[in-house]
Amino acid sequence: MSSLDTNAFVDITDVVCPITFVKAKVALEEIKIGETLEIKLNDGEPIQNVPRSLKNEKHKISNLTKNEDGTYTIIVIKGGLLDS
Amino acid sequence: MDDLIYKELKKGGFMKQIQNEKFSLRLRVVGGQINADQLHKVSEIANKYGHGYIHLTSRQGIEIPFIDFKDINFVKEELNTVGLEPGACGPRVRTITACQGNEICGSGLIETSNLAKELDAKYFAKDLPHKFKIGITGCRNNCLKAEENDLGIKGGLKPKYNENSCTHCGVCEVICPAQAIQVDKTVNYLTFDENKCIYCGRCVKSCPVDAWNGTTGYITSFGGLYGNSIAFGQNLIPLIEDKKTLFKVIDTTIDFFKENANAGERFRFTLDRIGIDKLKTKLEEVIE
Repeated sequence: MSSLDTNAFVDITDVVCPITFVKAKVALEEIKIGETLEIKLNDGEPIQNVPRSLKNEKHKISNLTKNEDGTYTIIVIKGGLLDS
Repeated sequence: MDDLIYKELKKGGFMKQIQNEKFSLRLRVVGGQINADQLHKVSEIANKYGHGYIHLTSRQGIEIPFIDFKDINFVKEELNTVGLEPGACGPRVRTITACQGNEICGSGLIETSNLAKELDAKYFAKDLPHKFKIGITGCRNNCLKAEENDLGIKGGLKPKYNENSCTHCGVCEVICPAQAIQVDKTVNYLTFDENKCIYCGRCVKSCPVDAWNGTTGYITSFGGLYGNSIAFGQNLIPLIEDKKTLFKVIDTTIDFFKENANAGERFRFTLDRIGIDKLKTKLEEVIE
């Protein structure tokens, strides 16, 4: 269910912390700086921790959507915070 | 053994065991940290004078069991060579406990290890009507259980929103555990209800564009108990933004306990007996 305007998609709803972020990181390694990754993640611990970890590693979240099934989808720009 | 000698030993960290003339020696550990050389010496002492093991206490301390009465002075001398000394028991300020804080932990909002050392230098083993426990935890996750202590200190962050850099991505709304933030994406507008804010700092730590900033500080709680009676420490004053004020608050609290408590009365029972509002009023005077 990857949207057309992102470069890649990863579903991390099938794993728990800290593997959630590991899985997101592996997916980010597959794309170039400036490209976008769509991540589907669960409510609770993943949504509490993954955005913070992405920020620490200089990736920028550009949007968040709440899905009907209670999960979230975030759009991440790889290295989007590197200059700031 | 003479009761007076026992009391004096207990004051100095030697806990009488059920075994005749044997003592479990409590060490003065601050903020749960001890350096490698000291640890090595502890190991040596446990082997030489004890039974070759140590006990980790519930409040981040170390005890070396089975120290014989006749060896107490030798053990003290040996501890001294690495800058260690016995801990405190009885009616006085006890071990200052602390998590690792923001120097180590990603969740931490305040520095805790040096703060523990400063508090230890100022208050450790100060004689009071009953035991008095102080604990420091770096954030709302509360790993160090601030509210169990007679005086608890917890890192907090008072957030400030800057509309200019906000992209209205919506991350802060979903990570806020207090539902204090609402983002209306259709009109790109964010509402923040400061009254609901619990100062956890998650909005600041997660915001991808630093539209959330803020001031870190100390959330304090008073009158916690976790023994025969159980009670949570209560928040009486707003987040304290500077260390100087924090120390004034601690001074005032300890003085209040000393002046108002009956001998052998835990702080919580003093507060219940004479009214917690009296402490609150005193604290409000020093925080201005």
